[in-house]
Amino acid sequence: MQPRNVVIIGSGPAGLTAALYSARANLKPLLIEGLEAGGQLMLTTLIENFPGFKDGIMGPDLMGDMRAQAEKFGTEIVRAHVTSVDLTMRPFVVRAADQEYRAKTVVIATGASAKLLGLESERRLMGRGVSTCATCDGFFFRGQEIAVVGGGDSAMEEAIYLTRFASKVIVVHRRPMLRASKIMQEKARANPKIVWALESEVEEIRDAGRNEVSSMVLREVQTGRLTEVPVSAVFVAIGHRPNTALFKGQIELDAAGYIITHDGAKTNVPGVFACGDVQDHIYRQAITAAGSGCMAALDAEHYIDGIPEHLQT
Amino acid sequence: MAADNVQTFTDGNFEETVIKAGGPVLVDFWAEWCGPCKRLGPTVDALAGDYAGKVTIGKLNVDENPSTTMKFQIRGIPALLLFKGGQVVESVVGLAHKDELKKVIDKHI
Repeated sequence: MQPRNVVIIGSGPAGLTAALYSARANLKPLLIEGLEAGGQLMLTTLIENFPGFKDGIMGPDLMGDMRAQAEKFGTEIVRAHVTSVDLTMRPFVVRAADQEYRAKTVVIATGASAKLLGLESERRLMGRGVSTCATCDGFFFRGQEIAVVGGGDSAMEEAIYLTRFASKVIVVHRRPMLRASKIMQEKARANPKIVWALESEVEEIRDAGRNEVSSMVLREVQTGRLTEVPVSAVFVAIGHRPNTALFKGQIELDAAGYIITHDGAKTNVPGVFACGDVQDHIYRQAITAAGSGCMAALDAEHYIDGIPEHLQT
Repeated sequence: MAADNVQTFTDGNFEETVIKAGGPVLVDFWAEWCGPCKRLGPTVDALAGDYAGKVTIGKLNVDENPSTTMKFQIRGIPALLLFKGGQVVESVVGLAHKDELKKVIDKHI
């Protein structure tokens, strides 16, 4: 079987932009979507900072359009999840479902997924009041008191969004200061339905034997004092971890597990490129992910052009 | 695609088509505004094709069918509930691979 020019792993803004550019360069890219197809933007509502959409655009709509645009120029999209890769072989090997793909270049755009608190009670009550997706599950808590854990922009965004449904939203953050940007903090602080539990950690989530969240136990960081607070939901928004388990040992990662890129989208393995949140723990924006997807596609194109003819099997 | 095999469950027909059904029934609780539900949709469609004649598979819109949604304490979607003999025998909340779902279903047929 002929190796593919470009196999792209991931279907957020980074992966789909890489697909768009390499499709337009006539490289006939193959894109493997992954389980969380469309990426983190599928969990958002109105995006107001993607240039060109002056009235904002809904996250899932933006991703639907990016997908359609990549397909329009000839990207082949596979609905599957990559189970393993071999980046020591040439061509590279990418396995998904029952298929094995061989590739001259691989673009890694696997993004990052929501981090959890790591509590046993959190795992047990997932989908029973514990959630990582406000836009999916806020609906079920109309008129109720709920909590959001986290102090970054995503946590503020979720808290503000959830005030549409909840009567009260308690933001739990373990530090005295929030990490969120000024504009998001101001928006959240101005919202009368949001109350603050700073310098506090969630110690446990309880269900009172009903198999749905009934309260959370907060521990004050300074004093260690425990308080039980009745809530019917706990939304966890404490950040993300990069999806790099597939590549461990094959590609250079930093201490936090992010792929290290240099000179654009290059990794330490020639022919393997990375873009989007899987290699960026600083900016993490839709537009920067899309931009780095473009870089990865152009880098892959240059790389393929540079492969001597006799090796282009 | 397999969409022909996918039923639409409602508050009105749930008792008749799910609770009183003879064989196993897989219900996909979803909503229009739920991104992950849309991702899971094609997987459920594919399962409906694979299990045609063995398992009844369908979707229930939580927006339009609040009483069934409340009755089964749905607090997060997508949620897949497998019913057998009128009882919930399995529930999977959130995204899942087709192979994982097949394993769950296969235990009950």
